[in-house]
Parts: sequence; structure tokens; C-alpha cells
Amino acid sequence: MIEALRARPWTWSFVGAAGAFAATVAVLHGHGAAGIATAALALAVFMILAGVGQMFVITLGPGNIDLSLAANIGLAGAVSMTVMNGNDAGIGPGLAAAVGCGIVIGAANYLLIWLLRIPPIIATLSSSFIIQSVDIAYGRGLQIKPPTAFADFTSLQMAGVPLLAILTVLFTAGAAILLRRTIYGRSVLATGQNARAARFAGVAVGRIRAITYMVCGALGGLDGAFLAGYFRGANVDIGNEYLLASIAVVVVGGTSVAGGEANLPGIWGASLFMVLLLTMLNTFGAGAGMRLLLTGLIIVAVIALAGGRKPAR
Amino acid sequence: MTVSARHLRGFLPALSLALVLAAIAWLNPRAISYFGFNLMLSLALPIALATVAQMFVIAGGELDLSIGSFISFCGCVVATWLDQAPLTGVAILLAGILVYAGVGALIHLRNLPSIVVTLGMSFVWQGLAILVLPQPGGTAPDWLQSLMSLKPPFVPLPVVGAVLLALVCHLLLMRTGYGAVLRGSGGNATAVARAGWSLLKVKMTLFALAGLFGVLSSLALIGITTSADPNIGSNYSLLSIAGVILGGGEFVGGIVSPAGAVIGALTLTLAASPLLTFMHIPPDWQIGANGALLILVLAARARFSRPEAA
Amino acid sequence: MTAAGSDIVGLSGVEKQFGAVRALDGVDLAVGHGERVGLVGHNGAGKSTLMQVLAGAVAADAGRITVMGEVLSGYSPARARQHGIRCVFQELSVCPKLTVAENVRSFHPALRGFGGEKKAARLIGEMLDRVFPGHGISPGDPLRDLAIGQRQMVEVARAFTTVGEPLHLVILDEPTSSLDAQASAQLLAHMSRAAGEGIGIILISHVLAEVLGHVDRIVVMRDGRIATAGPAGEFDRQKLVRAMGSEEMPQSRSSAARARGGEVCVRARPRRDAKELVAHQGEVIGLAGLAGHGQTQLLRQVLQASSRGGETFRARPAAFVAGDRQNDGVFPRWSILENMTIRSLQNLKQGALVSPAREKAMADSWKERMGIRTPDMEHNILSLSGGNQQKVLFARALASEAPIILMDDPMRGVDIGTRQDVYSLIRSEAQAGRCFLWYTTETDELLHCDHVYVFHAGAIVAELPGADVSEEKIIQLSFQEPA
Repeated sequence: MIEALRARPWTWSFVGAAGAFAATVAVLHGHGAAGIATAALALAVFMILAGVGQMFVITLGPGNIDLSLAANIGLAGAVSMTVMNGNDAGIGPGLAAAVGCGIVIGAANYLLIWLLRIPPIIATLSSSFIIQSVDIAYGRGLQIKPPTAFADFTSLQMAGVPLLAILTVLFTAGAAILLRRTIYGRSVLATGQNARAARFAGVAVGRIRAITYMVCGALGGLDGAFLAGYFRGANVDIGNEYLLASIAVVVVGGTSVAGGEANLPGIWGASLFMVLLLTMLNTFGAGAGMRLLLTGLIIVAVIALAGGRKPAR
Repeated sequence: MTVSARHLRGFLPALSLALVLAAIAWLNPRAISYFGFNLMLSLALPIALATVAQMFVIAGGELDLSIGSFISFCGCVVATWLDQAPLTGVAILLAGILVYAGVGALIHLRNLPSIVVTLGMSFVWQGLAILVLPQPGGTAPDWLQSLMSLKPPFVPLPVVGAVLLALVCHLLLMRTGYGAVLRGSGGNATAVARAGWSLLKVKMTLFALAGLFGVLSSLALIGITTSADPNIGSNYSLLSIAGVILGGGEFVGGIVSPAGAVIGALTLTLAASPLLTFMHIPPDWQIGANGALLILVLAARARFSRPEAA
Repeated sequence: MTAAGSDIVGLSGVEKQFGAVRALDGVDLAVGHGERVGLVGHNGAGKSTLMQVLAGAVAADAGRITVMGEVLSGYSPARARQHGIRCVFQELSVCPKLTVAENVRSFHPALRGFGGEKKAARLIGEMLDRVFPGHGISPGDPLRDLAIGQRQMVEVARAFTTVGEPLHLVILDEPTSSLDAQASAQLLAHMSRAAGEGIGIILISHVLAEVLGHVDRIVVMRDGRIATAGPAGEFDRQKLVRAMGSEEMPQSRSSAARARGGEVCVRARPRRDAKELVAHQGEVIGLAGLAGHGQTQLLRQVLQASSRGGETFRARPAAFVAGDRQNDGVFPRWSILENMTIRSLQNLKQGALVSPAREKAMADSWKERMGIRTPDMEHNILSLSGGNQQKVLFARALASEAPIILMDDPMRGVDIGTRQDVYSLIRSEAQAGRCFLWYTTETDELLHCDHVYVFHAGAIVAELPGADVSEEKIIQLSFQEPA
């Protein structure tokens, strides 16, 4: 079995998640185990949505990354709450506005990369500064609560499993099919492995990149809206922890940073692992410093154990 | 690519700096003075040292997202141990450099993506910083404070420091044989290995150098601010990357320019706050203006840059 | 301890296995001072692996290595260098971001100190002048500004430079693959000069003419073993091909002076003031001339225009077969099947999604048509030998139903067996109505074309029917200036 695990390094993250869960439950002597599981699933959803978006961008090839996700999520929260305006009727338009805002951000990111030939790290970094400013100016003092139906929807559970989690499972399954069995998905994978060869093979590399950045932006927008709904209000900083988390879950989950290879189940495992890890550390009473230190050490250890991509030759 | 285009590209960092200086001079002529420069560039030295640290890592074809929190950690150590128990403080800082070298070794031996490893390490350093100094405070050692408040004649300290830094790094990286090997490892590691050099040692050297300059940056920073806090370096990871890029460095294949990196850092320091204040940009929008400025400078560079393949 | 006293290096009983593949199955080889050995064989015969063992880059599973009379254990590239063994592999070992001189400097630890830069520059300048007179390369040029042929020249010249340390053996693995005719001839001439100075040379090449004419001894490998070996004079082309394990078919020239007719499917003018290229349906058009004189640019021009539908010619889909498969063709993470189907996904859809069943069917049928040797099409593409990988790239283009096929010197470094298979496939596809634009650096291949356009300095300077093609004429035309 160890061999099977080694062959698929991302499965370690599921093992790790289970381990963290077990440790937490042990300390609490079994109390509230179900509640912890439910909460973990609920929180993991937000990481997964951001992670899938980031995964698509990272798969485009070396250097591709979206550092504007955090700011995107923050702004989307403010936009969606404002458009929904506490009204159940506004839920649809609110979601559309958040997703639309994300798509625009994605398109703007790609324009910076393509027209101005700025490396994606810097382009998305710069745009994140601008988005942040927009969010601060626009969302200053925003106190709008989400419409009741929407807030309830984000917290809805079915037999202890959050509805959002179930939907997210379906979503990631869909994303996997998109990647493996559509022309778009294959084009992304081809571009990530060898952009030159992809062009020669007839792939519209520029168009694929643009679409992908917009997809990531859209997912960020959706994530921001859901976060605002779950936490009953928008705030500028809500996205901050999700930036690093989105990158970490993608890579710990087995997607290659060099592009061309993506792993969707791994994102689930890594997200659950990260959320349960934090829960475990909280339960153990670890302070902020200890939490950060251990989280970091464990991320590095997991990656070091799994090993990286062997060079092509 | 013609020779002239190549040279023009090399001048771009200096050009960006000149433009920013010109804008400042136009907006607030009095800033162009010894006092003015000393003030505007006060944080230039720590930023430049951090940028150089990042440059070494980028030269090897990697990226360091942890330099900011490393600087925070070292800063906290400087303001506590280095002040109260200097020998222990020095030991801890040296240990930090060794850990950096170890990270380089880990990345090489296990063939890991540096973005993620340094991401994890940024959590580690941040956590350690909080453990060392949970609340902002501490005191910088006297000798450090005096050093950083030196007022050399005619040229402000930050400029002197920057020029010295650029010179030393240029000699190290561009003029020695091993420097060429270090730079080559980012472009074609197999070639370097085939020539008989140990890639492991190369990687460790580059990361150790990054660690060393990170320590130096924290020393400079705490010397200026005289006290520390665990978040003091949080911007430095991204700032240092931006500085290297502004200075003409490229991710793919480890092209770096030490002089360019220093100039890039200076440009950033000026553009980050002084320029914006002179332009009367409201604080809410200052972050956004930073982003816009970065984009402008890079757009200008794109005019002169050779289009990269694919 | 000294075995054959004058041998630089001796391998005996060397074996190497990579997973399930037995790359070397008991090989004995010795090279003496001043001896030029030619090593030939199919792709996958074990030549490159053998050389990697010789150079210390790969450790043999079994067998003995003797260098300068000393039986070695714990061999490594560094030790090989110390013993004076140098290697120029097919994939270049130069750092594109450094200059020519810097690449030489990092190659020689002795040049590490100050002033090393100038010494390195002088060293490489002199060697380039010796080996490739008229090369036009300056030691201060960054390598990425040089054309691939020039990079190859630098790498080859660098291998012959010494700073005091001994140089006994130079291994050249397909060194002429990126060089044009002139540079190749210069290299072969230098080989005999070097041999005259006592340096041993191992030359691996698929260009049989090079091997037959310029080495002292020939060694033929097949399936990880030495099939036959002997003095070069004992071999001729046919004997070599037979020893390598394939029957070379007599070159069938395309039907003499066929009147060019049929629908025009490509019209392209590489330079506004120069000649135009016209291709008809069912034609095989050859692009000739010295390497890097505009042929690849034309192919790219046609490819771009075909997806955009420019006025240069009627918009028709064109498919591309890359010659530099590592950079332009292969997707290294994908399976053979995925590499093959990427151009044809539109046709493999069932509803909104790609149908795995139809993909597999396409892969299986083309596996047979092209004779791709693999137990399973779902294996990673890099498990295939170079020649088979090239077959996959062909299949990718041919399976796509595009009426125009563009080929960018795709037979470089590919073995005879694969070539013959592909030549017949091109013929039959052309007969079925497909149009081929074929850039090749080997005059032999032009004999398969209906019409040939010769390039010089980015323009077409001459055209001739395939039946009139001869090596002399092509070389002559290659040096003709554009009007």
C-alpha cells in the first residue's frame, strides 16, 4: 500500500487530513467530532474554489500564477453584498455581478500579461494593488448583510454535510472532466507542457490563456460572494489568507508548478488537510506563532516527502 | 537582436529611475537635495539588500517568497538578542543563513518547486518571528543605530550604500568565474553539471547568499527603525521580486543584473511613497497607485524589450 | 594492469538496463590514440547510452571500464574530464544566457580567477578559427543570440579546447545535425587533424556518407549489442544498412518531369521582391538550400496564414511536423495517444466531449500505419525511441485531415528504418491528394520531391523539378544570390 501511496503523492494529503482529524478528536475525547468534520468541510469549500481557479492558471505553464485572487475575493464580497442589498430577489444579480467582476479582473490581468509583456507574477501583483484600492474606496464602512436566503443557503447542511461541499464535489468532478475531455482542457494542458509545440499543433495559445485567467477570476468572484454570505458580511481582508492557501493546496495536491499537469482530487485532500491542521492546532491551544511555524514546516515536509517532478531527461 | 537594442534594454532600469526622479523634481523641486534624498531614500538600503537577495535566487532560476518573513524574523532577532546577548544573536543569524542554504539543498535534492517551498518557509519564518517578538518592540543595538544614521558628505548614506552594494555584487557575479557558473545554472543546469560543477553546491551557495543579504537587509532596516515588529518585512518578498524585474531580471533562465537590481530597488523606494505623496494621492488610493506605477514602468520596458519566444 | 597499451579507453561486457528496456547487452569497445571510430545503428540501438557510460554520465550495471590502462570504479563525468574524455551530445550543453566566452570559462575550472574571461575568449576564438574558419562568431556574443548551427559550432569547438589538462578522446554525437554542409565538412576535416595529433574520436552519425568517408574503423550496433565492426574500408553503404538491420529500398525518384497541374493549394512569397512558391494538390514540394536560410520561416508563415486565412493564399488548414521535437513537437507529460490526437480533437468529439473510444481507435489505426513500436499507446511518449517519437509527430499531422502538411526537417537524427516507412507514407498520402511542403537538409531526401525550391538569404533563388535534382546542382544553387 505504501507503494500505491508513493505512486500518487497527493494521496498523502488525505492521509494527513485524516491524521489531523484523528488527533483533534482524540484531544477532545470524541466530543464534537461531527461538528468539526462539518465545519472543516464548510471551510474547505472556499479554499477549493480558489484553488481550482489557481490550478487552471498554474497549469498554463511556468510563471503563470494569479496573485490577485485575494483582492479579487475581497472586492467580489463587497460587490455581491451591495448588489444583493439584503434582498432575496437580488441574489441572482449579486452573484452575476461578483462573477462578472471577477471575469473583468481576469481579462485585465491577461491584457497586462499579453499586451505589455509583463510576467504574470508582476502583472497580477500590480493589479492586486489596484483592486485593493478600489475595494477600500468602494467598500469602506460597508455594513450590508447578505439576504437571508443566501446566507442560509451557504450554511445549509444535509445530514451534517454542508450543501456547498456537495456542490463543490460535483463542481470539481466537472472541472476534471473539463480538463481531460474537452478541447479547452486539452489545450490548457498542451500549452502548459510546451507552448511552442502547442502553437505548432494548432492550439490558439493566446485565446486559451485569456480564457483561463478569466475562469480563475470568475471563480474568485464566486468564492468572494459565498464567503460574504457564509460570514454574514463582506470585508476587505477576507481574501488574504486564501491567496497563499490557493497556491499551497494546488501544489500540495499534486499539480505541477511547471504546468501541464493538473490534479483535482488532490486539491480536496490538500484543502481538508490544511483546514483540519489549523483546527487541530487551535484545539491544542497553539498560539499564532506556533500555528504558523507548524503549518509551514508541515507544508515543506509534505512537499519534500512527495518529491518533485523528475527532469524530462 | 541588434547590439543597440540590447544596450538600450540594459539602460532601461536607469531610465526608469531617471523618469521617477524627474517626476519628483517637477512636483517638488525641494526634494532634490541632500536632506530630501536622505529622507526619501531612507528605506532604500534595506529594500536594495532584499532585492539583491532575491536576485541571487532568481539567478538560479528559482523564486523566494519567504525573504520578507525572513527579514521580519532576523529583524526581531536583531532588536532583541543582538542587542542584549550579541553572541547568541550572531549565532542565530548565522543559523538562519545555514537554514537558507539547507532550503536550497532541499530544493535541489528533491527537485522541488521553489515557489511552494519558500511559501511554506515564509510561514515558518513568520511563526518564528512572532515567537521571538510577540509584540512590536525591542531595541536596535547602539552601534547599528549609529551606523545607519551616518551622514557622509555630499552624498546621502543610502546612495553610498546602494552604489557600494551594486559594485560588490557586480564584481562577485559578473566578473568571477564562479559567478558565471552561478548565473549559468539558471539557464542550463545540465550544461553546468556536465562541465563538472556540483549543482548542489551552486544551489546552496545562491540560497546562502540570499540568506546573507536578507540578514544584512534586516540589520539595515532595524538600524533605521530602531525597533522591530514581526510584520516589519511583510512587503519585502513581493517588493524584492518587483525590484529585480524592474532592474531587468527575468524569471525564465536566470538573467539578472546586480546593478539593475539595485537601481530597480531605488526606483521602487521612490515610487512607493515619496512620489505618490508629492502627487497628492489620497492614502486609500496609494496602494493602487503603486500598482499602476509598476505597470507603467513595465509597459515602457515592453517598448524596448525583445519579444520573448512563445 | 595495462591491457592494450595504446588504448585510451576500453569497455568490456558493459550492460545497462532502464526499467524494462535493455539498452546495453554486453558491449566491448576500445578506442586507441589517434583513432577515429564511427558508431552507427538504429535509434534505440544503444549508441547514446554507450557514450553516456563512456563519459561517466551513466553508470553501467555490469562490465568494466578501463581508461588509459587503469581499471576504473566509481566513474563520473568529473573523472572522465580528468582523464581527458570530452563529450558533445545531441542536446546542447551550453548555457544560452551566458556569452560564448563565459560558457568556455565555466567549462574550465582553471580559468576561474581574474583574467579568466580574456583567456577564455582568446581560447575559443582560436579554436573556432581552427575548426570552422569563417565562422563569424564573436566570443562576447550571448549564446541565445546565435543561430542553432552556430551554437553547435561553439559547443564542438569548446570540446577541443584545453587549458593545460590532457585531451585524449572526443565523443561527437550527431555533431553535424545542426550544421550546414560547409560547417560539417570543416568539422570532418578537423577530425582527421585532431586524430593526427593523437586525439581519439568517436563519431556517431546517421549520415552514412560522413561515417564511410571520415573514420578509420566502423562499429555497428543493433539492439544493445555490437552487430559488426571493422576497418572503414571494408564497408559500403549497403553493407552498413544491412548490418543495422533494415533493408534500404532503392530510391525511387518521383515520376520524371510531371506536368504541374491540379488545384493550387499554397502560394507564398518569402520576400516581396523575390520568387514565389506555388504548390498544387497532391504535390511533394522540397525546400532546399543551406540551413537557416528562410525555409523554416516560410513554413511558419504558411502555418500562420492558414489559421488566419490571409490573402497570400486560399485559407486551408495546414498541419505541422516539427524537426526539433523536444522544443517544437513533443508534450513530455502526455501519453503517446494524447500526443497523437491533439490536432484532431474536433473530429473525435461525441457530443460536447472527446470520446475515449474514438481516440483509441485513431491511435491504434495510426500505430499500425506508421509502425510505431510500443506495447501500449497509453505509455508516456518519452518511453519511445527518438525515431518512434518522430513517427508520432507525423501521425499527429497526418491524422488531422489537414490537406497541407508542413515538415520542418523532421528526419534529423532519425534512423533509416523510420525514414523508409515515412517516405512511403508521404508518397501514398500525396497520391491521395495531400500537399507536402518539405524542408530538408539532406539532398537525398529531395529526390522524393516533385518540385524543389532552393532558398538563399531568406528568398527563393531557384526552382527545379524533382527529377533534375542532384547534389551538385543543389549545392551550386544554394550559393546563388537572390536577384
